Amino acid sequence: MDILQILLSESFWAASLRIATPLIFGVLGALICEKSGVLNLGIEGIFVAGAMTGWMAVWLGAGLWGGVLFATLAGGFFGLIHAILTVPLGLSQHVSGLGVTLFATSVSYFSYRTALPTVTSPPRIEPFRPLDIPILSDLPFFGPVLFQQTAMTWLALFMVGLVWYVFNRMALGVAIKAVGDNPNSIDAQGLSVYAFRIGSVVAGSALMALGGAFLTMSAFDAFFFGMVNGRGWVCIALVIFASWRPGKALLGALLFGAFDALQVRLQTEVGALVPSQVFLAAPYVLSIFALVIVARSADYPRALLTPWFKGQR
Amino acid sequence: MIRIEPRQSSSALMTYGIPVFSAVISLLLAAIPLTLSGAPIGASYFEMFKGVFGSKFAFSEMLTRATPLIFTGLAAALAFRARLWNIGAEGQLYLGAMGAVAVGTGVFDVSGMFLIPIIMVMGCAAGASGMVIPTVLKTKFGADEVVTTLLLNFIILFFLQYMLEGPLKDPMGLGWPQSSPILDQGMLPTLMDRMRIHSGLIIALVCAVIAQFMLVRSVWGLKLRAIGENASAARHAGIRVNRTLMSAAIVSGALAGMAGVSEVAGLKGYLTSDLSPGFGYTGIVVAMLAGLSPLGVVAAAIFIASVFVGADSMSRAMGVSSYLEDLVVSTSLLCVLLGGFFARFKFVRVTQKKEVMQ
Repeated sequence: MDILQILLSESFWAASLRIATPLIFGVLGALICEKSGVLNLGIEGIFVAGAMTGWMAVWLGAGLWGGVLFATLAGGFFGLIHAILTVPLGLSQHVSGLGVTLFATSVSYFSYRTALPTVTSPPRIEPFRPLDIPILSDLPFFGPVLFQQTAMTWLALFMVGLVWYVFNRMALGVAIKAVGDNPNSIDAQGLSVYAFRIGSVVAGSALMALGGAFLTMSAFDAFFFGMVNGRGWVCIALVIFASWRPGKALLGALLFGAFDALQVRLQTEVGALVPSQVFLAAPYVLSIFALVIVARSADYPRALLTPWFKGQR
Repeated sequence: MIRIEPRQSSSALMTYGIPVFSAVISLLLAAIPLTLSGAPIGASYFEMFKGVFGSKFAFSEMLTRATPLIFTGLAAALAFRARLWNIGAEGQLYLGAMGAVAVGTGVFDVSGMFLIPIIMVMGCAAGASGMVIPTVLKTKFGADEVVTTLLLNFIILFFLQYMLEGPLKDPMGLGWPQSSPILDQGMLPTLMDRMRIHSGLIIALVCAVIAQFMLVRSVWGLKLRAIGENASAARHAGIRVNRTLMSAAIVSGALAGMAGVSEVAGLKGYLTSDLSPGFGYTGIVVAMLAGLSPLGVVAAAIFIASVFVGADSMSRAMGVSSYLEDLVVSTSLLCVLLGGFFARFKFVRVTQKKEVMQ
């Protein structure tokens, strides 16, 4: 009965949505990259870079939305490195992505330590406040769940709609999908495969960085080493689970968020009986399960991982 | 217009020159963060050099650091050759270390002649199991091993914390989450008096030589490389792809597990959850710098270990953030990747006239 009580509580769903927010940004970002045919394992490092840059910009006085802007710029920058290495140069997307993760992480950590060499407790910023909309916020259940989220959660939900719209209603989305499925068809129309792929990777990476920025500017109010803790990798699993569909990506992120919120609450209920690590590891185990279940039927972009060179067929 | 064309043959100069060149470039690029943090460049590089070659102790420390990197580098190199993306060496390292302390802390109180092999076999088996699971998920269910090995790293770390607070916890450890110490006779002998360098290095070098031989001269190595070049062609040629992948997974996981054995039974003596500062991930950089060649792994591990030990002592002397070493290591990976491109391709200027002729 306790579980039912948890599942019906407003705070549980509010927490689920909050935990899901960075993943929504991350899954959408990975989705855009992969739709164009490029796997971006730089995601974990881009999360770190977004978290650090966004926080640092706010701390230096750029304002919260200034922080968001700088985080996307940082994400776009590291995305561009990955794009150049993997698209025109056609290098291993796996290795380049891991390289970008290591590079973005070490740049972020080094910059943070160099800017703040001596602090022992991380300096805090004033993070995004929950958007309190009169009347709507007072609705039962939905009020607390939806209208106690910050502007970044709303931005994430908006992005789900935007990405869906681009891929389902716009020529741009059709072209990106074609680049990821059959690049020759785009080349035959006189369009640049390179431009679409590089653009997609940069845009996707900028979106990923917002997932990191959410951590330091909304979920918490400071930057910690190791705070991303595998969230980026979870997104790579979720995008396969979502079969590269924005709506399913939202669903996957929410399921993960709900599961994570549930494990925290179950831990306090039955913590004495089961070691806490079982609960902590459960979301990662769940991600692997989700991957195994859908792997065979997943609708991979057909040119994913395949470099394309102009003038070679 | 400029076009990219593959080179007909890659010269020996390219094969050996590019990794060395990349390593040098990444070291030179460190001047940028050094300047930004206001450290004098020349003196910093001198401190870095001194930190590795300045004394017998410094040099032995570097080799101690290189030992686990040779193991994890080999783990990555062999798997990557078969295009089996084992990104889980970090977790497999901890599995190996857990295997070592599970049997090494008093279950078998036998002489070192027996205990050391038992510890090594157990560590290798534990490490291998960490790669067998994702490989089964790959071959049976088609689940991408990149994602599963990455996620397993986190799961294994939670498992480690549980083991260190529970079954493997040292009852004499004053409540700290650490394992009991490995019995004295189970410890890998040290190589030099009053130095930390231990015989794990010898084992690592032997593994590198065997791996090189197996990869280049054995049928198994040929199959492995054939799968890496083109898995479906290899299948048509009658190679049992899944079985060969599984054997590569076992060897790769076992090598990563040996990194854990060597750290815990060669260096630390007991297991804590901060045994490895990312040796598993750095192993990937080592393997790439080595061009996925086992003997190259030894050279690359020595370079990366020099960066770690040198930059560490430099950053303490100069007051620069020690994250500089990670910065140099990650830059070297990106450089060698870029260098690999120039080894395989060349830019060709295509004139208008030539295009008309086509």
